[in-house]
Amino acid sequence: MSHAMHLEESPTTGDEVITNYTINFGPQHPAAHGVLRMVMELDGEIIERVDPHVGLLHRGTEKLIEHKTYLQALPYFDRLDYCSPLAQEYSYVLAIEKLLNVQVPERAQYLRVLFAELTRICNHMLNIGAHVMDVGAMTPNLWVFELREDCLNFFERASGARMHSAWFRPGGVHQDVPEKLLVDIGNWIDTRLPELFGDAMSLVLDNRIFKQRNVDIAVVSKDDAVAWGFSGPMIRAAGIPWDLRKSQPYDVYDRMEFDIPVGTNSDCYDRFVVRVKEVYESAKIMKQCLAQMPGGPICSDDRKVSPPKRAEMKQSMEALIHHFKLYTEGFHVPAGEVYVATESPKGEFGVYLVSDGSNKPYRCKIRPTAFSHLQAMDFMSKGHMLPDATAILGAIDVVFGECDR
Amino acid sequence: MATLHSAPRFTMIDGLKSALSEALGDHLLGAHAEHGELLLTVKRDSVEDVLRMLRDEHKYQQLMEIAGVDYPSRAERFEVVYMLLSLTTNSRIMVKCSASEDTPVPTVTTLWPNAGWLEREVFDMYGVLFAGNSDLRRILTDYGFEGHPFRKDFPLTGYHELRYSEDEKRVVYEPVELAQDLRQFDFMSPWEGADYVLPGDEKADTSPVDEPKTTEKPSDTGAGAKTDKQASEKVTAGAPAEKDGGEEAPAPKPTEDQPARPKRKGKTSDTAEATEPKKKRAPAKRKPAAAKKDPK
Repeated sequence: MSHAMHLEESPTTGDEVITNYTINFGPQHPAAHGVLRMVMELDGEIIERVDPHVGLLHRGTEKLIEHKTYLQALPYFDRLDYCSPLAQEYSYVLAIEKLLNVQVPERAQYLRVLFAELTRICNHMLNIGAHVMDVGAMTPNLWVFELREDCLNFFERASGARMHSAWFRPGGVHQDVPEKLLVDIGNWIDTRLPELFGDAMSLVLDNRIFKQRNVDIAVVSKDDAVAWGFSGPMIRAAGIPWDLRKSQPYDVYDRMEFDIPVGTNSDCYDRFVVRVKEVYESAKIMKQCLAQMPGGPICSDDRKVSPPKRAEMKQSMEALIHHFKLYTEGFHVPAGEVYVATESPKGEFGVYLVSDGSNKPYRCKIRPTAFSHLQAMDFMSKGHMLPDATAILGAIDVVFGECDR
Repeated sequence: MATLHSAPRFTMIDGLKSALSEALGDHLLGAHAEHGELLLTVKRDSVEDVLRMLRDEHKYQQLMEIAGVDYPSRAERFEVVYMLLSLTTNSRIMVKCSASEDTPVPTVTTLWPNAGWLEREVFDMYGVLFAGNSDLRRILTDYGFEGHPFRKDFPLTGYHELRYSEDEKRVVYEPVELAQDLRQFDFMSPWEGADYVLPGDEKADTSPVDEPKTTEKPSDTGAGAKTDKQASEKVTAGAPAEKDGGEEAPAPKPTEDQPARPKRKGKTSDTAEATEPKKKRAPAKRKPAAAKKDPK
């Protein structure tokens, strides 16, 4: 798939003429983390220019959302970044709640924080495993996938679905969790997670080959990280302690004690380590959630927003009407526009929601985390070797369901 | 209104609205704070200057997002909204301007390198042009796509669909053909959202009369003198019950003969036998098991 670009005289090869050539990286490449096509201009094995072509997974989610009621649009968010579904729902339900100005009961806030952090662990398990596999290690991936499987089982026990949970709802969460699930999550954080994850990371973090492939690759200065709109682990690896959970807390994040790991060198290795440390911080937050979680309702008692309980519907005519209206017409959201961004595992995931006062969003713009990061691919990989591109891509943590929408 | 929701709490700087309104001066068309968000509407041509000012003098270092919105009923149908974030003051604002299909918005790639793709996306989805963006290619849609899919007048189903053709051994594009119409339900209650007059509703608009019309005498019916005369005549015919003798009257005789039931055929003992289980037939001789075929 190569063809000559232009002829160039080289100072090292004498009379031999070396031509730059262009290759297609992807769209069917295992290290492209989905459907990414990168047109690369190479000088030998050195990357001169990268032009990422995105949009191969564009499904027009934002347009579809305009044609659905607010509640019907919720499951689309699971399908954006399918590695961290609940984190996407989080921004959306908070945006609706902000427009409605609806109060969420405390237990629901704790449950949402708990499962958002579980999602973060789940997401990082995938990314950490994929990243080490992209640079050549097989075993750690298999180990962390065990943990990811545990996370998915927890999601299933809470919502009934392993991945596409649709469990966060405007006004709270859909169902309460069984007490045993909380106990099991607590035990899992105490025993299995540190054990298995610690073992897997002990193979990687000080590994000579892993460091050779990641240290000093794609160094981004603080100024560049800000200018390119980086967020999440990408900006923290650059040494900027910016975390929306800390600086712009939502739900009960302001009651949690946790640290923000930051990098010092802003290379692929730092990005990896930031994610590893974040897993432990997430576990810390989850333990605090479990310890502090009060009892009580799990959804707002505003019947114009959240549906009544099924048992109540058997007795109360009004509850039945509310249920019928909420699941056909849906609720109306006051006119206005908000931009709500939360700290998803990959960075700032934002929802710009425009309401015209009807039961359907007038416009729902989704801010993907990957868009800014992937755009910087060109300047991050300039001058690096071709195999470094996979390490850079792995450290960005890109998922195309979210990037292309 | 008290804040009840638990959405991200960024810093709301006191007097930010008036401070920014003053700083932007003539560039500003309007500023309003609603739902805890500050929204500045600026002139299209001064977008770049405004954003530069906000970045350099008001510490909004990051451009997080550029969103397009389509309002087809407006003279300039598109809105381009820039979401700015300040890492140092922990504050967010939205800046927007309007545009039409042929009025380009100045690019901000000069201020933030990541504006490139964001502008490309708005161009791809809405067809808003950005003057000065040197790389305004389509980004999310297919190679060779025509039209701007997020415009409100672009159908949800699109115009083309593609499939792999076994005959031609390649992917072919065809006009969209739907086996069933896209199901769009209008869930608005008729008394809330209907834009037509419901049958009977036209009466609601006529004003009520001063004196209600009543019919107390036969002459009030307005049916004419002949009818009035008929109506005033005394009715002599009695009610049917009065004529027949009231409740004590015997039941009327049947008007026709009850048809005789045909006689049952056969003996009554036959029926008893019919309900009993049939006698078992003599078992047929079975073939030897070895000769039987495998039931599979």
